[in-house]
Amino acid sequence: MSDILTQDQTTASAPVSDTEIVKVERALIDQSAQAPLLFLYTSAILWLLTSTILGTIAAIKLQQPDFLGGVPWLTYGRVWPAFTNSFGYGWASQVAMGTGIWLVARLAHVSLRRPTLLIFGTVFWNVGVTAGVIAILAGKGQGIEWLEFPGFVQAILFAGFVLVGAWVATMFRLRRPGHAYISLWYLAGAFFWFAWLYSAANLMIGVVHVHGVVQAVVGAWYANNFLSLWLTSIGLGSIYYFIPKVSGKPVHSYHLASLGFWSFALLAGWTGMTRLIGGPLPAWLITVSIVANIMMIIPVATVMVNFVLTLRGNYNLIYFSPTIRFVFFGAIAYAVASALGLVSSLRSVASITQYTNFSIAHSQLLIYAFFSMVMFGSIYYIVPRLVGCEWLSSRLISLHFLGAAYGGGLVILTTLLGGIVQGAAWNNPEESSSLVIQSMAPFIVGRCIGWIFLIFGHLFFALHFLTMLLRLGRPSGRPTLFPTHHEEGAH
Amino acid sequence: MRFSTLFAGIFLTFALAWFGETVVPNIQLGNLQPQTDEDGGDIYPVNNSGIAARGRKIYVAEGCFYCHTQQVRGSQGGSDIDRGWGSRQTVARDYIYTDPVVLGLTRNGPDLANMGNTELVDSSTGKKRWKDAAWHYAHLYSPRSEVEGSAMPSFSYLFEKRKIVGQRSEDALKLEGEYAVENGYEVVPNSDAKALVAYLMSLDRSHALKEVKQEAPAK
Repeated sequence: MSDILTQDQTTASAPVSDTEIVKVERALIDQSAQAPLLFLYTSAILWLLTSTILGTIAAIKLQQPDFLGGVPWLTYGRVWPAFTNSFGYGWASQVAMGTGIWLVARLAHVSLRRPTLLIFGTVFWNVGVTAGVIAILAGKGQGIEWLEFPGFVQAILFAGFVLVGAWVATMFRLRRPGHAYISLWYLAGAFFWFAWLYSAANLMIGVVHVHGVVQAVVGAWYANNFLSLWLTSIGLGSIYYFIPKVSGKPVHSYHLASLGFWSFALLAGWTGMTRLIGGPLPAWLITVSIVANIMMIIPVATVMVNFVLTLRGNYNLIYFSPTIRFVFFGAIAYAVASALGLVSSLRSVASITQYTNFSIAHSQLLIYAFFSMVMFGSIYYIVPRLVGCEWLSSRLISLHFLGAAYGGGLVILTTLLGGIVQGAAWNNPEESSSLVIQSMAPFIVGRCIGWIFLIFGHLFFALHFLTMLLRLGRPSGRPTLFPTHHEEGAH
Repeated sequence: MRFSTLFAGIFLTFALAWFGETVVPNIQLGNLQPQTDEDGGDIYPVNNSGIAARGRKIYVAEGCFYCHTQQVRGSQGGSDIDRGWGSRQTVARDYIYTDPVVLGLTRNGPDLANMGNTELVDSSTGKKRWKDAAWHYAHLYSPRSEVEGSAMPSFSYLFEKRKIVGQRSEDALKLEGEYAVENGYEVVPNSDAKALVAYLMSLDRSHALKEVKQEAPAK
């Protein structure tokens, strides 16, 4: 077994052992990926800014319902899905494709051939998201969470994803022979699962036209897997790459990783129906999901133990490596999100938390505090290798982190606590609807403050990214790290 | 890990979950029929067409379901029955004609599964929960004039403010205080508002079904 371990670890070992050939190969791969990846990242970040604005408007509207009132395009029930979709498809899915493609290229040792095809795919995707968000704001949404885009938009998006996915499949075909490193397991899963997930959900709803509660079942299955298989796989695959890479230490245990991956693949797809606890569905369907949620302890605990033990002895990296700071934050958030998912899947807890902001907070933990933070970390690592210069300022990175961590943290925490208060209030039959709604007010104010932090964090990030696009960064050499106390004293 | 093992595993695990979580439920629930009595009468649910069906489209377009659910939990799963939101848990058969199904996910506002039921009693006020069309129009136009502290946006764009010509319209809103319009003008619902209110008033999932027991609020 030990030769498998060492063989696998060569792909994630320290740069110290790099030979010239490896360096040249990597430079060629990065060069081949430059145009399509920068295009993916640029569009993802533009969507991040768009969704930040939409999300802020939605948050303010819950506090001040007359804010931008009387405009059909900007009513809460349209701005909210426009926000979630622009975030999920515009930002999250595109950054997932970008980082995913780069990782596959690196780990399969393949340069990207014919990058134009990939750029076409991205254009399709962006046209689709734009049309979809406009359709939602125009009141043409389909009325199913995460599948709000009208049918023709879903077709455009799928075409875009097929182009991108064909690319990823080609890289897997042309891979250098040998064993697959852990990250590749998750990445292969992510791209394959999303293609199936997205087409199956849309075909079942749009073509087979399942109706009644089956539609809710397919919708819950899709929404859950969109977060827990597609985005989560990309996130976990990235963490498995960046923690060993930056710390220069091999992954703690290959066997744990294997157990973690297979239990994840087997269980995650079954966890979705807890979204419908208490709903008009047969008990078995929901019970299966509750059991799957509880068993998710196995994959979550194994990946967390692996991450933490791999980083052991190098915790100082959290202080000075931007990539590790973001990625480790994401890893912790994944554990917290999974724990909340487990607890709230128990029927007794769900009788309070179900149908409240608690579920929204749980999704936000996964898609923002975990997934997006890991992606920010990956961008800080990858982009310098694409543009050939280093990030301009560690202070800007630090401000981005503060905005994202505190802003995101505040939004999620207030939404979570607000959800518990909301659920408990609805469960008190003496309390009138009017009072229940008013009990949410302080939490909604807190949420708005969190959004202001997020706006600043994302603006700093986008500006910093712009300087990289314009090649205004520092000359290549030492990566941009956060200053240590020693260096600060020297100023 | 070998790539062949990897790809086979990725395929099989997902195929299994997809089949179990979507195909099997569709086999079990996809062909539910309405319930009838022995003579084929007393059909429930009935397929709403016409204005209420059009109202559901407005309900979806305006995204009402992001803040309102339409599903009642049984008394073991929460206090929905105690609040007066329903007389029984809602079940799959209630929704066979509801498309899209709009069960809703979040209760920023109350559940609407039985908004058109005329019997249910609101537990906090002791009054009937049913509201007439005039109330719905006023509530959609200026939510805070009807419900203190409501977080619902105004749907004033589903209404038309116009000069009174001759007689005041029958369905004109009776607006008071800060919501009043200048003399000689009136506010009337447009066809979308009428459809939406017809839809809300059609919502009633209290009909007895053999697969679920009726419940009463705990005193």
